[in-house]
Amino acid sequence: MTALDSFREETRAWLEENCPASMRTPMPEREMPWGGRQAKYPNPDTKVWMDNMASRGWTAPTWPAEYGGGGLSKEENKVLQQELGAIKARPALTSFGLWMLGPALLEFASEEQKKKYLGEIIRGEIRWCQGYSEPGAGSDLAGLQTKAEDKGDHYLVNGQKVWTSYADQCDWIFCLVRTDTSVKHDGISFLLIDMDDAGVEARPIKLISGASPFCETFLTDVKVPKENLVGDLNKGWTIAKRLLEHERSMISGMGMGAGAASMGGMEAVAKENFGADGEKIADSSIRQAVADHKMDQQAFGLTLKRAEAEAKAGQGMGAAASMFKYYGTEVNKRRFELLLDLMGTQALGWEGEGFDKRELAVTRSWLRSKGNSIEGGTSEVQLNVIAKRVLGLPDA
Amino acid sequence: MAFVLTEEQTMLKDMAKDFFTEQVPVANLRKLRDAEDADGYDKAVWKQIVELGFAGILIPEEHGGTGFGPMGLGIVMKEAGRTLAASPLYSTAVLGAGLIMAAGSDEQKGALLPKIAAGETLTALALEETNHHNPLNTAMTAEKSDDGFTLTGDKKFVIDGHIANTLIVVARTGGAAGDAQGLSMFLVDAKADGVSITRNHMVDSRNAASIGFANVQVSADAVLGSLGGAYAELESSLDLARVCLAAEMLGGAETVFDTTLEYLKERKQFGVIIGTFQALKHRAAELFCEVEICQSVLLDALSALEDRRNDTPRAASLAKARVGDALRLITNEGVQMHGGIGMTDAVDVGLFMKRARVQAQMLGDTNFHRARYADLGGY
Ligand SMILES: Cc1cc2nc3c(=O)[nH]c(=O)nc-3n(C[C@H](O)[C@H](O)[C@H](O)COP(=O)(O)OP(=O)(O)OC[C@H]3O[C@@H](n4cnc5c(N)ncnc54)[C@H](O)[C@@H]3O)c2cc1C
Ligand SMILES: Cc1cc2nc3c(=O)[nH]c(=O)nc-3n(C[C@H](O)[C@H](O)[C@H](O)COP(=O)(O)OP(=O)(O)OC[C@H]3O[C@@H](n4cnc5c(N)ncnc54)[C@H](O)[C@@H]3O)c2cc1C
Repeated sequence: MTALDSFREETRAWLEENCPASMRTPMPEREMPWGGRQAKYPNPDTKVWMDNMASRGWTAPTWPAEYGGGGLSKEENKVLQQELGAIKARPALTSFGLWMLGPALLEFASEEQKKKYLGEIIRGEIRWCQGYSEPGAGSDLAGLQTKAEDKGDHYLVNGQKVWTSYADQCDWIFCLVRTDTSVKHDGISFLLIDMDDAGVEARPIKLISGASPFCETFLTDVKVPKENLVGDLNKGWTIAKRLLEHERSMISGMGMGAGAASMGGMEAVAKENFGADGEKIADSSIRQAVADHKMDQQAFGLTLKRAEAEAKAGQGMGAAASMFKYYGTEVNKRRFELLLDLMGTQALGWEGEGFDKRELAVTRSWLRSKGNSIEGGTSEVQLNVIAKRVLGLPDA
Repeated sequence: MAFVLTEEQTMLKDMAKDFFTEQVPVANLRKLRDAEDADGYDKAVWKQIVELGFAGILIPEEHGGTGFGPMGLGIVMKEAGRTLAASPLYSTAVLGAGLIMAAGSDEQKGALLPKIAAGETLTALALEETNHHNPLNTAMTAEKSDDGFTLTGDKKFVIDGHIANTLIVVARTGGAAGDAQGLSMFLVDAKADGVSITRNHMVDSRNAASIGFANVQVSADAVLGSLGGAYAELESSLDLARVCLAAEMLGGAETVFDTTLEYLKERKQFGVIIGTFQALKHRAAELFCEVEICQSVLLDALSALEDRRNDTPRAASLAKARVGDALRLITNEGVQMHGGIGMTDAVDVGLFMKRARVQAQMLGDTNFHRARYADLGGY
């Protein structure tokens, strides 16, 4: 038996013992394991599962063990993911800390910072949000104005962030702040701020979907200790960009097949609404539309796999993150448009008796999907990046 | 699944790329066209292709081939597509070799495959009868006669039909148009009595023949594959050919994309290079994504063939349709982004756009394959 085989066996046995039964069922939105100080656990198993996984560092399987991570090799992690998949385990922890901040800290933070923050992330103790966008700085992120002034032993931060996802439920915020007003990109620093500090206020914003997943975040005379600066002063843009890559790859992978799956699949919805002729969807134009979409989706899935294979072989698919962000989110939006076409009036409900839960959820998800091509850099911005970095087309 | 080429395959690709770029550039097709060449392909080039082992690339070594399998064949076809190389590769090395390997008896394989690999036998598949690809609708008949069969009917869009010495003819020995049952294949000498071949000059400067069969007598051993049950063998070979076509098409798409991108960096208007205009940049970036998506689809389809996967027909339809859509977009955008010069015969984009139209129609267009993809997906 190879070492990997025994790792698999040991993992399987451990999961069998440590993954509660209810954590092997589909996860309702309200049971998402975001962690943090304000976390509520409508299902107590969520916390048990999180703690069990965190005790082995498996909420962050490939992060170094010295910071509390799993310390697994790529191969071991693959085994772990396969075994988790085999028992249909829910994610033990979902968090911006894991997806975005952590990888950036590993690369850019000081030893003390890594020791402090990575462990908190891994154990799900602190929930992080991302303070990048401002009212005047969206796509042109480097135009941000939130100011951090050097006051000797601390920075004094003033400004406003916006679209801060989940800010009202988060404990800390990683922020881009301006520390030099005389230059653009080279005057930005990366600062970690405790949202319990005086002067931090998050106000929820209501979205077209009816939900309020993000906020305006006001920072008024917030005193931030100097040790909360990550990397060098005025070198925050490098960190910001790297972090955006993590964010982009996360968003492009989001929601593959979601929505339709809860309804039994696109084909089933089509047959239910337009009738079946034998196995076939009776309406040929609808059938073509479904096939067309499924082709795009399969093609995109294959491209993700190819990127993985190429990365393994040490070849890079240039600016892959931007391509995936662009294509993946556009396909995702088209999926919801088609799904709503197929469902007809049953996709038009907002609330109430005439619609079942899944139908209502699809309608809300359709609205949510519109944000995919905006958040983390809009589609247009991704196309700019491809044109410039991959195709070498110069700016005017 | 092979998304990354092996070292051997990479070498093959480099070799094919060098060969087609240097020996068979687009200028070669122009020369054949302008000289109104009777064959429509360059015999000297074909000889080189044979010497490189490409004619027998699918054929196992025991039958005189180089045995690179579908992946190797796809690699070569893609490079051929990059320069619009006109040669019997598709009709002979893909379709002929593929059909005989899939359906041939040991004698037929022994007799024909070495000659294909040696470039002596050129084949053509006489399949289509209507304006749109649909093998099941074959109506041409083959009636049992004393010592064989009598073939009667008309075929069209027979790629390389006028240069082939061996025709592979699909005809009915039973059933009616629309049935899978009753389809048979026959090996017919192009010079047999009753065979009349008319070469058609096509929009892509290549050729496709119309062939009439008037009481053509063939012997019983001319049957290729199972009598009345050849549909499955035909389809599996067609899938191979569809994927190889997709490879050729993607090669063309790459060239058009590359040359258009170069043009965007070179052409100046309003005092700047036109590649600085965002209206063009974004479209170029979208075309880039299309090319990348198609690479994945193609490699997956080739590995499906290579590994004899159950989902090969679906992968083939996905490849033919998806690459077809992308190629249409890329060639149209290529012409548009070249402005007035894109309309001229002097630049190559137009040639690729014309070729794309023909390729799209070969062995099923996007609509055909989208419907087939749905059929195979059970909806
Ligand atoms: C669901 C969601 C969650 C988010 N979560 C967070 C978060 O947690 N933290 C955070 O900091 N931010 C977050 N954001 C903000 C997000 O990053 C910004 O919305 C995004 O960067 C776009 O900025 P903007 O909204 O100011 O749009 P603008 O930049 O004003 O763009 C408006 C339009 O102009 C286009 N445009 C802009 N510049 C160019 C250009 N150069 N070329 C071509 N077109 C251009 C855009 O593509 C867009 O279509 C979130 C956004 C959404 C939708
Ligand atoms: C069939 C035909 C007949 C013609 N007849 C005549 C005639 O009788 N008399 C005559 O004088 N001319 C004629 N023309 C020329 C025609 O007017 C030009 O071809 C046309 O104006 C485009 O210029 P161009 O070819 O130099 O392309 P370019 O201007 O070089 O354009 C190349 C590409 O760049 C794009 N582009 C250029 N500038 C911008 C920008 N600012 N923003 C975004 N994209 C841009 C274009 O849209 C195009 O896609 C004819 C052309 C054709 C094809």
